[in-house]
Amino acid sequence: MGLSILDWIVFKNPMANEYYPFGDMYNLPYEIGYKLSEIILGFVAWFLNLFVHDNLWSQWLVSDVVMNVLAIILLVVVIFGVGFIVNLTMIWEERKILGRLMDRRGTQIGPLGYFQCLGDGLKTFMKENIAPKAIDKKIYWWGLALVIGTSVLLACMVPLSGRWFIADYKVGLLILFGMFALAPFLILCAGWAQNNKFSLIGGMRAAELMISYEVPMLIILATSCLLAGAYGINDLVQFQNDHLWFVIPEIIGFFTFFVCAIAESERVPFDLSEAEAELVEGWQTEYAGMKWGLIMLADYFRGYVACAFIVLLFLGGWAMPFAGTDTWYAEIWFLFKVCAVFAAFVWARGAFPRVRTDQIINIGWRVLMPLSILNLVVVVAIKLMGWM
Amino acid sequence: MVEERMNTDKMWITMGPQHPFSHGLWTLRVHADGEIITDAEPEIGYLHRGWEKECENRTYAKIIPMADRLCYSASMTWSHVFCKVAEEALDIEVPERAQYLRVIADEICRIQSHLMWLAAVGTDLGNLTVFLWALREREFFLDLNIRLCGQRLTTNYPRIGGVRNDMPYYFERDCMRCVERFETVGLPEIMKLATDSSPFVGRMQGIKYLTAKDVANWGVTGPAMRGCGVDYDVRRDDPYDAYGEIDFEVPVLNKNNPKGGDAYDRFLVRLEEMYQSCEIIRQAFQKLQSIPKEAPSRVKVPRCIPAGTHMAKIEDPRGESIMYLVSDGTEKPWRLKVRSPIFVNVSSSKHMVDGVRIADVPAIMAMIDMCLGETDR
Amino acid sequence: MTEEMIQAPSYEDVNKLISEKFGEKVVFRTSTKKNVKAINEKRRIFLSTDRDTILELCTYIHDVLNFEQATSVCAVDYIDRVQIVYHLTNYFTGIVIEITVDLPADDLHIPSVALIWEGANWHERETYELFGVIFDGHPKLERLLTPQSYEFFPFRKSYKLRGSE
Repeated sequence: MGLSILDWIVFKNPMANEYYPFGDMYNLPYEIGYKLSEIILGFVAWFLNLFVHDNLWSQWLVSDVVMNVLAIILLVVVIFGVGFIVNLTMIWEERKILGRLMDRRGTQIGPLGYFQCLGDGLKTFMKENIAPKAIDKKIYWWGLALVIGTSVLLACMVPLSGRWFIADYKVGLLILFGMFALAPFLILCAGWAQNNKFSLIGGMRAAELMISYEVPMLIILATSCLLAGAYGINDLVQFQNDHLWFVIPEIIGFFTFFVCAIAESERVPFDLSEAEAELVEGWQTEYAGMKWGLIMLADYFRGYVACAFIVLLFLGGWAMPFAGTDTWYAEIWFLFKVCAVFAAFVWARGAFPRVRTDQIINIGWRVLMPLSILNLVVVVAIKLMGWM
Repeated sequence: MVEERMNTDKMWITMGPQHPFSHGLWTLRVHADGEIITDAEPEIGYLHRGWEKECENRTYAKIIPMADRLCYSASMTWSHVFCKVAEEALDIEVPERAQYLRVIADEICRIQSHLMWLAAVGTDLGNLTVFLWALREREFFLDLNIRLCGQRLTTNYPRIGGVRNDMPYYFERDCMRCVERFETVGLPEIMKLATDSSPFVGRMQGIKYLTAKDVANWGVTGPAMRGCGVDYDVRRDDPYDAYGEIDFEVPVLNKNNPKGGDAYDRFLVRLEEMYQSCEIIRQAFQKLQSIPKEAPSRVKVPRCIPAGTHMAKIEDPRGESIMYLVSDGTEKPWRLKVRSPIFVNVSSSKHMVDGVRIADVPAIMAMIDMCLGETDR
Repeated sequence: MTEEMIQAPSYEDVNKLISEKFGEKVVFRTSTKKNVKAINEKRRIFLSTDRDTILELCTYIHDVLNFEQATSVCAVDYIDRVQIVYHLTNYFTGIVIEITVDLPADDLHIPSVALIWEGANWHERETYELFGVIFDGHPKLERLLTPQSYEFFPFRKSYKLRGSE
């Protein structure tokens, strides 16, 4: 290898790497990570090579193993970074739309008020980090960490397109939903651990919500999978692209799922577990400072995932009409759809008051449950008639 | 005792003094069996300033601005009731022009106070849009207050023997414009999110029926009482100032309903009262036109009030406010008792929240429209 | 209850019935005010009685004359005596009865009316904590506005404000 830096940074084909983790599927964030790691490692190797010509260290640094490991780390960073930025954008979007709905301006800091979330994050970070004395320490901290951790992990696991994914699961939807449904249980634990009556009631309400909303949600999810004949997200999107976006055959399921998704991400008409008018902050009451800030962030991550679910199941994922699934702007198109669905979430928040616990269970079991089954019947009929 | 301790199903929850639903510093301790409330105990006194005792140390004129501070959103009626009791003590009648001006000022105050309440209902039920829209509408009426008195909230407008100043130029035009806009555009727009929205109504409908007999016995007054079927309004049944000459309806719901009224009825009464206040303002302006502009809006009164006991009552936005004055012939009162409507209403919150869910507590207590300044005095 | 309830007794009815029933135990006071609307239109009745009669009188006013609301209960410290003042309202006619009861300054006991009108409950508690008047038979006579640790009664004239002569 020569002395020129271009001998070291040659931008190899990532898929030619011996340890390429995704088989024969192309992965865009991996390629970005791979190129970045090539620049970093190539530079270090070239630098070492200037002193000791043809040394083993330099050779090792640009070998397939090291490149792959760093590329995977960078892949995760890239995916999380994009998710984080999307999240900030959604917070900004919510505040701006809500501001318009309420006849006020919304956030004002930075260009179009975009930097307000960063400012709020910094403020929350500066706050005193108080943990009460009489808490159950283990569950208090683990509950918090797991709520935030699962939410962030979930947001990272959502594929943005056929080439933007963290791993390709054949049963992707089920795993995503499983992770999604974990939070209420953790909230129940965290609410109990705080030794506070408000947070205890908040945790209990989260459990109530879980019972009443996840069943119809899961039924609709399974219905969509039945229609597509697959559990994989890629297959689902491809099927919708080939045939018809599921919002048309599953129009009942779409609206039912929309309501359930708001409830599942604990947003305003259904944010019973943190109802501030009666329960102060619900299960978050004793989480002070940045803990609360991270919980809020995790809430928005979950809101993002809920919107992504709706887009993947009903609105064709990243499929563009007349252009297919393999467009160069697939990720942007997908995120645009997510933001549009989220705008509807914000609209619901601006228009409705918080519902009561008994009302929520009534809606869940007496309205949404029959509707989801009706949706299943329609889909089975479509399948039997062979229309799709 | 041991059994009491072993009974872990029920717990005392202290809602307040720093609790989002309380709208001020007070505590509602509820005994909850899961989410159902079995017992409750209101606690007040965090804001007790010895207002009545302070008044014994001040001349009568100095009490008027203090009376403004009893309640930030009903300042007009509070200084009005004080002027009323002083006028009764002096045994004078206020000039007619001042009477109508007081009526107009009172009704503006009532509308803006009710809008503040509507905003509070919005936050209590978790709909911030109602909150901000109501505050937006309220701003127009506060601007009217600025035109009339120079102040948004603590108006310091009535005087013993009249009002401070006659209305400014074009006040009638501005006021009628504002009132008409409010009736036709402002309030109906908010109602699209409130009475037209079934989740919003569902939060209040069927929540805690109170019978007229109970409500009267607990001493609850104001819209909360009229929503439960008691047909009584000081403005109509015990008219003061120019209210006797104005023709208006007192909204009463469930008048002969043995079941009484729920939280939603109490909500509706306040809304209807806002429309009626608009009507009263309109009529008062019409009547005011027949009184020449040069007529006095204030009479001169002596500094000292003759000895005796006097009582005046008027209809506050929140209920029936009474001042009982004992004068000893000097320039300072011997004793001034304030009967605050919220003080009595909140004492009955114990019965009001009995048997409801914790989630209903904000919806029920919002219908009382808490204001702690006048409660603790 | 032996007597029939009158839902909306007129001004004359109230005067007549009370003077018939209680005779000399209740003293009617008249107001000399000429210009006050409520007095001219006969919606104010002023009574004085003593503490032995008050409970019976109040029960009668509530049960027979249908005065549903105890608007306020308050005390006035006249140094040599303490006067308890009741305002009672009839919702059908708008008549307000004002009853005054004098208590000697060294023996501040009076029967409670909180069991007749629930609304009088907190008024009596407040009067107790600010003046030290003990309402016998009150369900819960505790301090309400001031801290439990107070051992004085701040609204009595003997409690001087800073700056007052």
